[in-house]
Amino acid sequence: MNNTAINELFSKPLSALNLGLQSFADNLAAAGAPVVHVDWKPPAGGDTAAMAALDRLAAGARVDIEAANAEAVRRILSAKPTVTGIGLALDTVPGMATDLILHSGPPVAWKDMCGPMRGAIMGGLIYEGLAGTPEEAERLASSGTIRFDSCHHHDAVGPMAGVMTAHMPVWIVENKAFGNTAYCTLNEGLGKVLRYGAYGPEVIERLRWMRDELAPVLSEALAARGQLDMKTIIAQVLQMGDEGHNRNRAGTSIVIRELAPFIVALDRPRDQLAKVLSFLNANDHFFLNLTMPSAKCTVDAAAGIEGSSIITTMARNGTEFGIRLSGLPGRWFTGPAGVVDGLYLPGYGPEHAARDIGDSVITETSGIGGFAMAAAPAIVKFVGGSPADAVNVTLRMYEITAAENDAYQIPALDFRGTPTGIDVRKVVDTGILPAINTGIAHKDPGIGMVGAGLVKPPENAFRDALIAFADRYAK
Amino acid sequence: MKRLTVRKDTYFDSVFLMLATRGIKALPGVAEAVVAMATPMNVDLLAGLGFPKEELAGLSPNDLVVAIDADTDAVLDDATTAAFDALKRKSGTGAAAGNRTAASLASGLALAPDANLVLISVPGTYAAREARKALDAGMHVMLFSDNVSLDDEVALKTLASSKGLLMMGPDCGTAIINGKPLCFANAVRRGNVGIVAASGTGLQEVSCLLDRFGSGVSQAIGTGGRDLKNAAVGGRTSLLAIRALAADPATSVIALVSKPPAPDVAKTVLDALRSAGKPAVAFFLGMPPAADEERIAYASDLEEAALLASLLAGGADGPMQARALMLEDSGNDHYNKPRPSRIDELAADEARRLSPAQRYLRGLYTGGTLADEALFLAHAQLGGVRSNNQTDPAWLMADPFRSEGHAIVDLGDDAFTSGKPHPMIDPAARAERIVQEGADGETAVILLDLVLGYGSHPDPAGACAPAIRAARAAATSRGGYLPVVASVTGTPADPQGYSAQVAVLEAEGVVVMPSNVRAARLAIAIAKLAQGGRA
Repeated sequence: MNNTAINELFSKPLSALNLGLQSFADNLAAAGAPVVHVDWKPPAGGDTAAMAALDRLAAGARVDIEAANAEAVRRILSAKPTVTGIGLALDTVPGMATDLILHSGPPVAWKDMCGPMRGAIMGGLIYEGLAGTPEEAERLASSGTIRFDSCHHHDAVGPMAGVMTAHMPVWIVENKAFGNTAYCTLNEGLGKVLRYGAYGPEVIERLRWMRDELAPVLSEALAARGQLDMKTIIAQVLQMGDEGHNRNRAGTSIVIRELAPFIVALDRPRDQLAKVLSFLNANDHFFLNLTMPSAKCTVDAAAGIEGSSIITTMARNGTEFGIRLSGLPGRWFTGPAGVVDGLYLPGYGPEHAARDIGDSVITETSGIGGFAMAAAPAIVKFVGGSPADAVNVTLRMYEITAAENDAYQIPALDFRGTPTGIDVRKVVDTGILPAINTGIAHKDPGIGMVGAGLVKPPENAFRDALIAFADRYAK
Repeated sequence: MKRLTVRKDTYFDSVFLMLATRGIKALPGVAEAVVAMATPMNVDLLAGLGFPKEELAGLSPNDLVVAIDADTDAVLDDATTAAFDALKRKSGTGAAAGNRTAASLASGLALAPDANLVLISVPGTYAAREARKALDAGMHVMLFSDNVSLDDEVALKTLASSKGLLMMGPDCGTAIINGKPLCFANAVRRGNVGIVAASGTGLQEVSCLLDRFGSGVSQAIGTGGRDLKNAAVGGRTSLLAIRALAADPATSVIALVSKPPAPDVAKTVLDALRSAGKPAVAFFLGMPPAADEERIAYASDLEEAALLASLLAGGADGPMQARALMLEDSGNDHYNKPRPSRIDELAADEARRLSPAQRYLRGLYTGGTLADEALFLAHAQLGGVRSNNQTDPAWLMADPFRSEGHAIVDLGDDAFTSGKPHPMIDPAARAERIVQEGADGETAVILLDLVLGYGSHPDPAGACAPAIRAARAAATSRGGYLPVVASVTGTPADPQGYSAQVAVLEAEGVVVMPSNVRAARLAIAIAKLAQGGRA
């Protein structure tokens, strides 16, 4: 029994942390002692099974969880997402087939799909020529002859409904550090678009133009320019007021700058090139469909590490929110998709909102989006109104992450790296859920975006994942 | 009715506009509202909502439109104003920058890298987990929470011992570390007496009396009630604390205050005191004091413990000399006031006006140790006192909410505090009980404690003054007189102020004694006179 640590305490000024009654912190402060009050909440929201899982893991694990997480974080941080080209889904996406339609989020059956998801699938069937009318499309979709699967099962991601069919052009983003690839459709712009469940003639027409003109133009321009290093571009956009999910203005601008000189030099009709450039210019979110596969191939490299409690997937399908852990490959843990707490476009309100949907939360999974809120003062109204609120959102995310990003930095935090690598143990222990920015779809198919905001993921998905993780790895 | 208001060339980001729209829509009487830039899409939307097309013509996307549909002109006016106000207002309510609040223990440590102690008062079910995390992080811990299992306490203290860390509690209500009050503690002068105490108000009483006697406290370490009493815990915290105080150059006297330790533990802890190399005072509440040793003085009450410690701290050469300085004829009258003879005079004075029906002592305590100190004394001298703190089942109160015969009630007991704040924080329950005892014609004297300091009610005297007045008036109306005796555990530097609290009580006719034990002696003397069968 050694008392030197206590005598050291006696010889130094008292500096306290206070967990519990705030008045004890106030008293200490009044008596002139430095004190930090901890806004304590019951771990796991007081859920005894989840708390027991935390304790089991703390008491000892069959593998070195910290080492496994360090490896997961090393892979995430050393990823080199690079846009290598554009291809047809059928030719490039693993397992893609003409009778297969991919969608966002965890797997979901037709009967359980939300309105926008159904609308997007109907539009996809019309686009593929498999159905002539919406009614035919609906019959076909529910007939059982068409297969549905999660984008994530095919190295892909999709915004909102995330519908990808065989003959859609897709971005090909390769993680040069690890050789894995991710795919994502091209962004269609705002208004009536497939990803929000619209399937009218103008939607199908645009998709065909994207396949026939936009994709070839971009593909040729990219070939002429050379591959795009997404890591550098994302690092730049965080310094330019984007957070990489809900604000994409800087990113879209950079992509236009990078590609425009090569687009205008293509040997194609001027009006075709002008239409492409106008389309890019009119669509602030064009960059999102590049960020998402970049994030996807980044976190995919960290999947499947024995003993890692890092979250490598978060995704929503409008019905369920799901996550996957690095150390439990292939398993989804899901809860009901939330209602977005958001701000609405003129003419719309919460009564019009669909539930949380889309794979774009892959950005948060990789350490940007809501996690980089402090980088985007222009959209602070989503998180309380002041830049200080945005800073607090990001600061809170450091509580649940394993690392600080060495490439993605936040000017307002003195260029501190974004919180990266969500540790499910920390999420459950602190009760701090990942901050997720998102767009809001109209609940009815075919109307489109009605707002944007913040969504609270279902806590039980994280608790269930933790309990399964403890079952697998605790001693 | 619909109204459009346009501000030309006034750009706002869409999120600000959506926020303003949401605010306006929520106003009573507003049927529809759109605050937006006049983009072609929004102009179409407004036209669709029935706003006049001619007013919408010629607007550009850089023009701000506030469009409101409401029942009356007044609502239209207010809503329009509110819309522009909402856009004008810069948020002043955002989270303040630089506040010292963290979301978890881990981030708190990151925020205060120099932190050396964690104060934990979370619900008992979670407390051990947090304490373990703090110890793992190398922090000393003060665990205020109760309802922590014995197993957890042993595990935490074993872990703390292995790391040489101070593990105060569970159920540790008070400590003073480096002069800073932790939880319920008084603003006590710093000095050279180190206190190790298993009891909350016992530590407060001793530290306040040391301050009163001109001495001061180097460190006051709470251990939690089970530390010495339970053999499984084995005094782990007390032993480590005694060693640390022995090695502490600022401590020249060690005072140990506790309920009677488990026999094996008593031996270990006294051995630790003996080998500390410093004079020590030990007080085990409810146990007759042992004979003094060469370096250990055994006190018979909290005041004597403070007195002996103060004298030893002031240079008395061992227990024998300290005791000599306490004798009535020692010339140190300062330490022994009021004398027993004066207490008898005061008792006679108070008892003179009692009516024959008034026979019993009623002690109403907020401090558990103070209640026990009074109880042991009174139980021995009055031939039996009922209490909810009684260890003898024969004298345990059948109903703690109702006094019978002589009674001393600990109002901080679980029976009173489940779902309610402790009476030291909220004295309302005791005020009610004072009135209740005053309504009982058999009550001969009410005995009270008032505990000041950080954490306690801002004005405990003021909080019970109306009740004392009512109780005394009730006795007077029955043709009797109700003596009220109290002591105030506090210092002049406490937030409530010792003298101010005493003055409030004295204004109500309360006899305020300088220590709990002397207040108890006076109340007992009054009760004895009441029992004495006056004609």
